[in-house]
Amino acid sequence: QESQASGLPEYIKIVEVGPRDGLQNEKVIVPTDIKIELINQLSKTGLPAIEVTSFVSSKWVPQMADHKEVMRGIERHPGVQYPVLTPNLQGFHSAIAAGATEVSVFGAASESFSKMNINCSIEESMIKFEEVAKSARNMNIPVRGYVSCALGCPYEGNVIPAKVAEVSKRLYSMGCYEISLGDTIGVGTPGSMKGMLEAVMKEIPLSALAVHCHDTYGQALANILTAIQV
Amino acid sequence: FPKRGKGVEVGPRDGLQNEKNIVPTAVKINLINMLSETGLQVIEATSFVSPKWVPQMADHTEVMQGIDKAPGVSYPVLTPNLKGFQAAVAAGAKEVSIFGAASELFTRKNINCSIEESLERFCEVMAAARAATVPVRGYVSCVLGCPYEGKISPAKVAEVSKKMYSMGCYEISLGDTIGTGTPGSMREMLTAVMKEVPVGALAVHCHDTYGQALANILVALQMGVSVVDASVAGLGGCPYAQGASGNVATEDLVYMLNGLGIHTGVDLQKLMDTGTYICNALNRRTNSKVSQACCRL
Repeated sequence: QESQASGLPEYIKIVEVGPRDGLQNEKVIVPTDIKIELINQLSKTGLPAIEVTSFVSSKWVPQMADHKEVMRGIERHPGVQYPVLTPNLQGFHSAIAAGATEVSVFGAASESFSKMNINCSIEESMIKFEEVAKSARNMNIPVRGYVSCALGCPYEGNVIPAKVAEVSKRLYSMGCYEISLGDTIGVGTPGSMKGMLEAVMKEIPLSALAVHCHDTYGQALANILTAIQV
Repeated sequence: FPKRGKGVEVGPRDGLQNEKNIVPTAVKINLINMLSETGLQVIEATSFVSPKWVPQMADHTEVMQGIDKAPGVSYPVLTPNLKGFQAAVAAGAKEVSIFGAASELFTRKNINCSIEESLERFCEVMAAARAATVPVRGYVSCVLGCPYEGKISPAKVAEVSKKMYSMGCYEISLGDTIGTGTPGSMREMLTAVMKEVPVGALAVHCHDTYGQALANILVALQMGVSVVDASVAGLGGCPYAQGASGNVATEDLVYMLNGLGIHTGVDLQKLMDTGTYICNALNRRTNSKVSQACCRL
């Protein structure tokens, strides 16, 4: 009753990104069996979605080099989704071959970030993702879209909400069932979160949005609360 | 959201009191002097409590007499009773604070009397303060939970707040002493308290023990509270949960307020420099995420 009275949603779906986003950004590389055990333990917590690994070339992301083994090695609990990152068609096919039943694609609201991170422009990345989305559609595989730098970019600084809305719309239109808006460097605050969401909500229904807040400046929970209130 | 926010810096008192390492008087004075240059308008300097109970604050007289008092900055001190009040005023204090609680068990364990008895002691301080035209700030501890009683009713918080406000406290700082509060319980508690005390006379003192502080503060701001207590570098752990964090870091608070366009007058860089100073002196890492983010090691 309390959540209804305060206008807050009754249920929040939490997407656990520790095994992928988390481990990818840890200094120490973890052996395959530990990754598998981590995911298996997470599967028992009631979390509805756990991002398992990334089918990216091990040249770029060595921490995720064991993507196939991890994908094949984990226990799949009924009712739990196990999405994986797939930057392009090749990664997508590899993921499917390893048993993936949901994939994610990673865009950005900043040109500089896109170039530095995946070595191509936003537009070029969207073309790659369209290929993935098309194949995914044919195989009935859901695709989740991420938009990085939604509240600020390490290279460009300020990012305008309209750009975030534009990239989100592109991903949503190509068939992503959900768009996760990432405050990649954690510089956002409740004010900028609200402004960004208001812009994006003009293009995408609220129920198709997620937030991915970094706590770099300790603002994450306050930003998430703002998103929940919206 | 309010247009202006007032930060009450409790690092030198609440922070240092709850740190494992005791710092020398000179460091305390330096800390307060550095804080005085950041733009903060209120800096809680020390506590006139018996050193038998709080050895970390044993040098209260020297600290009070040793600091540079910047114009426009207030340096309140804790005074648990008349004796402490008199010692504080003799040492040059121009503002004092008294500490109540919304939990009977907490009051008993903390100061060995009931809530009612503690309020009677405060009456003496209030009378002396009124006679000396010294403003008094009232704290209410355990507003969102008690380490002994667990859940605390918002009505009880409102009752104690009202009593302290009626006694003459110009402001009531509502403390989530063990940091168990969340936006929902903060909202509920403030709704009850605001029926008895005007929101302009309210402040929140949120502990970050469960990482909820900024979210709770955000809710308080949304409800009209414009005074927030914080501690530079997030100084001060939790006496009830070993290793846990305590006060919310002033740097992280200022970062959020800046982002919201709420004017604080605080220079974040100077604040971070002060945090670096005291963390080095204490030989500990900062608890401020903003400081961690800006640190180039």
